[in-house]
Parts: sequence; structure tokens; C-alpha cells
Amino acid sequence: MKRPNGDELQKPGYEIPDELKGSVVVTTLNRLYNWGRRNSVWPMMFGLACCAIEMIATAASRYDLARFGMEVMRPSPRQSDVMIVSGTVTKRMAPLIVRLYNQMPMPKYVIAMGACASGGGPFKEGYNVVSGVDKLIPVDVYIPGCPPTPEALLFGLMKLQQKIEKQSFKEVYTKPDYIPEPVLGPDLMDPRDYPKIREYTQKKLQELQEQAAQAAQG
Amino acid sequence: MAQPAVAAPDLTARFPDLVTPDTRKGYSGYIVKPEGLLEFARALRDEYGYDYLSSLTGVDYLPEGQMEVVYHAYKITGGPPLVFKVQVPREDPVVPSVTSIWPGANFQEREAWDLLGIRFEGHPNLKRILLWEGFWGHPLRKDWREPYYEGEHKPFKNRTAGPHFWHEDHTPFGKNVDYPPGFDPYAWDPETADEVLYQSVIQRTRKPRQEELHSEQVVVNLGPQHPSTHGVFRMIATLDGETVVALEPVMGYLHRNHEKIGERNTWIMNIPYTDRLDYITAMSNNFGYVLAVEKLMGLEPPERAQYLRVIMAELTRVMNHLWAIGFLLNDLGAFFTPALYALEERELILDVFEAASGSRMMNNYMRFGGVVRDIPEDAWDMLVKLVTDRLPRKIDELDRFLTHNELVRSRCMGVGVLTPEQAIAFSTAGPVLRASGVPYDVRRAEPYGIYDRFDFDVAVRYHGDVYDRYLIRLDEARQSLRILQQAIRDIPERGAPLLAGKPQYQVRVPAGEAYGRVEGPKGELGFYVVSTGKTNPWRYHVRAPSFINLTALEAMSIGNKVADLVIILGSIDIVLGEVDR
Ligand code: SF4
Repeated sequence: MKRPNGDELQKPGYEIPDELKGSVVVTTLNRLYNWGRRNSVWPMMFGLACCAIEMIATAASRYDLARFGMEVMRPSPRQSDVMIVSGTVTKRMAPLIVRLYNQMPMPKYVIAMGACASGGGPFKEGYNVVSGVDKLIPVDVYIPGCPPTPEALLFGLMKLQQKIEKQSFKEVYTKPDYIPEPVLGPDLMDPRDYPKIREYTQKKLQELQEQAAQAAQG
Repeated sequence: MAQPAVAAPDLTARFPDLVTPDTRKGYSGYIVKPEGLLEFARALRDEYGYDYLSSLTGVDYLPEGQMEVVYHAYKITGGPPLVFKVQVPREDPVVPSVTSIWPGANFQEREAWDLLGIRFEGHPNLKRILLWEGFWGHPLRKDWREPYYEGEHKPFKNRTAGPHFWHEDHTPFGKNVDYPPGFDPYAWDPETADEVLYQSVIQRTRKPRQEELHSEQVVVNLGPQHPSTHGVFRMIATLDGETVVALEPVMGYLHRNHEKIGERNTWIMNIPYTDRLDYITAMSNNFGYVLAVEKLMGLEPPERAQYLRVIMAELTRVMNHLWAIGFLLNDLGAFFTPALYALEERELILDVFEAASGSRMMNNYMRFGGVVRDIPEDAWDMLVKLVTDRLPRKIDELDRFLTHNELVRSRCMGVGVLTPEQAIAFSTAGPVLRASGVPYDVRRAEPYGIYDRFDFDVAVRYHGDVYDRYLIRLDEARQSLRILQQAIRDIPERGAPLLAGKPQYQVRVPAGEAYGRVEGPKGELGFYVVSTGKTNPWRYHVRAPSFINLTALEAMSIGNKVADLVIILGSIDIVLGEVDR
């Protein structure tokens, strides 16, 4: 969206009565709305791993998240706007992360903070690690680093603000609202994958049986 | 060293049928027959005074077809460990549980069951601990492979030669998952795991119904997403009215497979991973790990490096205790203001770390046989000012603000009491142990590095409540400053060598086992490593103080109000990266 400059705002193309000059602001609803939203992005108080420590440091005195209107960390997902996924997403935690995401009101944003949340990071190969939170929920901003410095987190948050500024009323509410929670079985299972999982395990069973039969013959 | 050499008791003479010395090259201690384990352990504790079971873990010796359980027992009065092992066949390994003798084995045995599939007979509550009920397999077994399996050891081919690929493209689901053959997802009931958990808690505490006064116990779940739990930690408490009658910690929400990954890594690749164990105290973690490997390699770091290590470790302790106090106050309801004071000082210490190591938190600073580089000169000046002037003032300031604060006193005194007997039995370590009146500090009990040169007191407090656990952190921070002041006075001139031998990317470590332990800020941090002479460890186990201190959580909480649970947990000072690894 092109920002109108000061002159244009002074001369909107129609007459402004004298008594209103200097005291009326004309803007679009979108901009007003986004201005409010972007300056009060409340993060969820939700730390996962090492990156959470840097998140806390960002909220503390030296870096002072309050300058961006974001110091109000809410422990409840129902009151928060952005979920900063600050750390390794484990399979055991995955259902809970999705549940928390589902509980957040629209419009909601997700920041993947650090290598782990972005793609598994140093622990990617681990048997209990999900390779990035975007395997579970949509992500708006990725912040690289292990851990990202507080400056990097602030930069990521500013990027989010820019994104919010560009959004229109309509698109804000069109993201998919509900994501089915994964299930902890013998391994992490996405309910949407059930048919595929069954097909796969049946095939594996068949192969095993064939092998056993062959071994019996040979 | 300061410790008088104690002659190890000759246990083979005492138990000729049960015990044989461990004669494998590079190994030490005894091998005990499983059927005699309990008798042996009881004698160790009651007759020889080994009343503190520091570490218990399993090793999968796949080529020999054996599972081995390794125990490290200490005397609480100090001295070297007594190591003993039990060997059982790999197929369906069963070992008697020692929880009746050392209750501190509780969680460690559950971990060995969870990750290695060793069954401990007689364990009161043998459930999985880091993974969930229903997980397929026991992942630390050498023949268990994760979906992203690529090779037995690193560096993998993919990283050095050949076309690079994504792991995702090589698994059937494009994800890090795999399922057993014949498994039917539709027949799976996801509620069972939680149901099992709740039932086990309820069963443990069910009391006969009282007729005259109809009362019922409630089971309350706290966490894992909870404003106060210091990360993703979960507690299941049974309440009678407001009083806690039973409590079960549930963990594993941050289980990052540290040990499995560590066994694929080369020796040196594990150093940065140890940073991520207890991510607040990366420097001490480095220290513990390099110490264990140096024991195997027989390396002795040069003087200046020794001093730098002590300086870093003690700064870490100060920083950690500041953090712990700040967040204890958070839990008490003084939201964030005291923590801000603590974090301000932490930032200054982090500046020194950043200047020396290049990173604020994940320092990766120590190497086998030394440290990686010196502290730059301007950072050194910062450090000297901090240690001699600013930190002592700031610690006094915290003391002045908090110690006599009426709210702090009334909420903390007499809450969450742990008696000295319990503290030893549960294998707690660090401030938790010493706040209960047990003056056990690894820096004194079995000095490592150059700790025998410094003049400092082992801080002890005697009430064992939350208030004492708060006070002891102030005491310890002050003692650390004393050590720091001596260290910056005595350290050899800049320019002295920092590394024994020349820097290497690929170290070869002689075959054998070693247990290196340091007094980390949270307690005794131990690393048990087994080498087969290859470029990567065969077994790499971390004795995590936060994890084992949690064994005592139930004992501390019973009889207290549910509102105090959070501060009791806060006073243990856990970090989930270390609890779950
Ligand atoms: S990205 Fe690095 S610092 Fe962040 S959670 Fe992962 S391992 Fe920890």
C-alpha cells in the first residue's frame, strides 16, 4: 500500500472546516486497524527450550520488548496474538502446540524462533524431534540462529509488524482456523494421514511375511 | 590432592561368589551378579558407607550381546566413587531394582527402562519417563534406528561428498516418523497413555473412604504449558482439600535425544551439544564433558587454561544463581521486577562470555586439553571490574531487597522441607542437598581441575526449606566471587599456552570408560562415557542434576498447599533442557 505523504493529507481534495483543521485525521479503516494491531502484538508466554531464554532476555531491561508494545506476555493462548515458538518442537509436545494454536483467537501469527523451530536445528535427526514447527502449523516469520540474539528476535518481530501493516481486514480472517491435533501412537500420527499410515504398515507386514515364507522355503 | 587416599575396600574377598573385578582394559570397579545385587548394595550402603548413589545408567554392548547397568556410588563424606556393574543378556534384560536401597535410583531406572529396555524388578513405578507410553521400541539400543537414520557415525557422507539431500525426501511420509508393521491407526486410542498416568497416581493415594466426613481427593494437572513451570514441565498432584497428598512429575516434553545423537557424533562434536543441556550454564557443561574425556585421554590442560576454566565456571554459577533467585521471586508473585535486576547483571556476564567465545549463551568454549581462545583484553578489564566491584554490590543489593522481605519470608520459610536423610537418599545434589544441611560439594569432596588451590567455604544451610534454598544461592554466589577474585589474581600472564597438544578436529580416545563430574550450579553434573577407541563414543550418558533433583519433588511437596507447589519447584531450579535431554 502506498503511504500518502503529508501534503496529500493536508489537501484531501475537499474543504475542511476551519475549526476541524489540525484536529481530524483521515485514514482508512484498514490502516487504523492495523496500526492498533501492530503496536500491541501480545506474545504467548510459552517457552520451549534454549531459545526461550533469549526471548526472556529480549523482554528484560537491556533489549526491552516494551518499546514495541509487546511486553504483555500472556500465559493463556486465548489472549495472545502471536505464538513465538522458541525452541525444539518435540513429538511429545506437538499435540499440545497444535492445541494451543487452535485455542488462539484470530488473527493469529506464529514466529519460528531459532534453528530448531525453523527446521529441527541441531537435533533434527532425533527420534523425538519434529523437523520444524511448520510441519504442524503455518509460520509467518522464521528467525535463524541458535539461539537468535535478542536483536535478531526484535528484527523478526519488526518483520511481523510490517506484515501486519500490509494486511487487509478481509485476508486476516481467511487463514484456516482449525488444525487437527496430531496423536501420539507408536510415533507421531497426523489424523489426516491415517489411511496412508495403514497402507504403509500393511505393506510392511506383507513384506515381512513374504520374507519369513521365503526363509522357510530356502 | 587434598583428599586423603582411602584404600578401596576389597569386595571380592567379602563376596567371592557374587563379585568379580572388572578387568576389561580401561575399565575399573566390580562386576556383580544380578542375583546378588541387592545384598551387595545393602552392604555397600550400610557397612562401607557408600550412601550416595550418584549415577545409574545402562550401556548396550551389542557385539557382546550384553546389557550392562553401571552404578557410581559415593560416600557423602567425600572421596572417589565405587563403580560396579551388572551384566545381563540383551534379550529381555532384567535387573533387580535398587530403589529400596537408594531411592534416588527411581527416575534413573525408569530412564534406563525407557531408553534401553532394561526391566528393573521390584521398581515401584516402572513406566516410561522421557517418551510416552506406547512408543515403539527403546531408542538407545544400538540396533534401534530413527526414521532419519543415515549412518552409524558422523561426519555423514552426505555432508562431505556426494549430492546433498533432505532427510524428508528419504522417508515415506516426508516426516520424521515410522510405524511398526501391521499397526492400525484406527484402532489406537490416544487417551490410554494419560489414563494410565492418572490411574497410577490415583491408585497410589487412594485412601479408605471416611464415613462421617464425606471427602474426596482431586487429581490436578499442572502444565506442560503453564506460566510458572520453567519450561514445559508437568506435574500431576493429588489434593486432599488444598493439601498435596501425592505428586508425580511428568517430563519428556523437551526430550531431544541428546544421548542418541551424542553417540553418533565424533567426540569433539559433542561439546556444542553439551551447551544445550542446561542452556543457562553452558560453560560448566563444557567443563564436565571435557573433564570426562580428558580422563580417558590422559590429558592435562596448561595452567592458564585451567584458570580460565575456573573463571568461566564460577561466573556461570553466579549468573545461574542470580537467574534462579529472580525467577523464584517470579513464582512467588513478584512478577518480573526482581528478575529484571538479576537479568541486568546476567547480561554483563554474558558480554564477557560473548567476547571470549563468540556467543552469548552457547559458548562451546572448552576443548579437550584446554580452552579454545583467550579472553580479549578489554573483556578482561570488564571481567575484573565486574568481579571486584559490581557483582558483590549487586548481590548485596538483592540480599537487602529480598532476604528480610516479609512476603518472601512468610511464603518460603518452612515450606517444602527436605530432611538431610531424604536429601542423601534421593541423590539430590547442589544447592538442594546443601540447603538440607549436607556439606557435599564436588569441588571439595573430589576436587577436579585446580579447585584444590582456592580458599572458599562450602555453603551449607540447615532447614531444608525454600527459604534456605534461596539463601544458599546467595551464599554460593558470594563464595564463587571469592574464588573468582583469587583466580584473577593468580592466573598466569597472557600469552601462556591454552591447549595441551595441537588443535585437532578428530580426536581418538583410548578404549575404556570414564565418569567425569563437576559441581555445576544446579548440582553434580556427571558425564559417563565409554570409548571403543573409535572416533565417536560408544556410550555417552549425562547425569543431569535437575533430573535427579526432581526425584525429591514429591517428598518436598507432600503436606504442603497446592499454591506452594510452584515455589517448591522454583526452589529446585530445574532447566528442562537438562531434565529431558
Ligand atoms: S535453535 Fe539452538 S538455541 Fe534454539 S532451541 Fe534449538 S538448540 Fe536451542
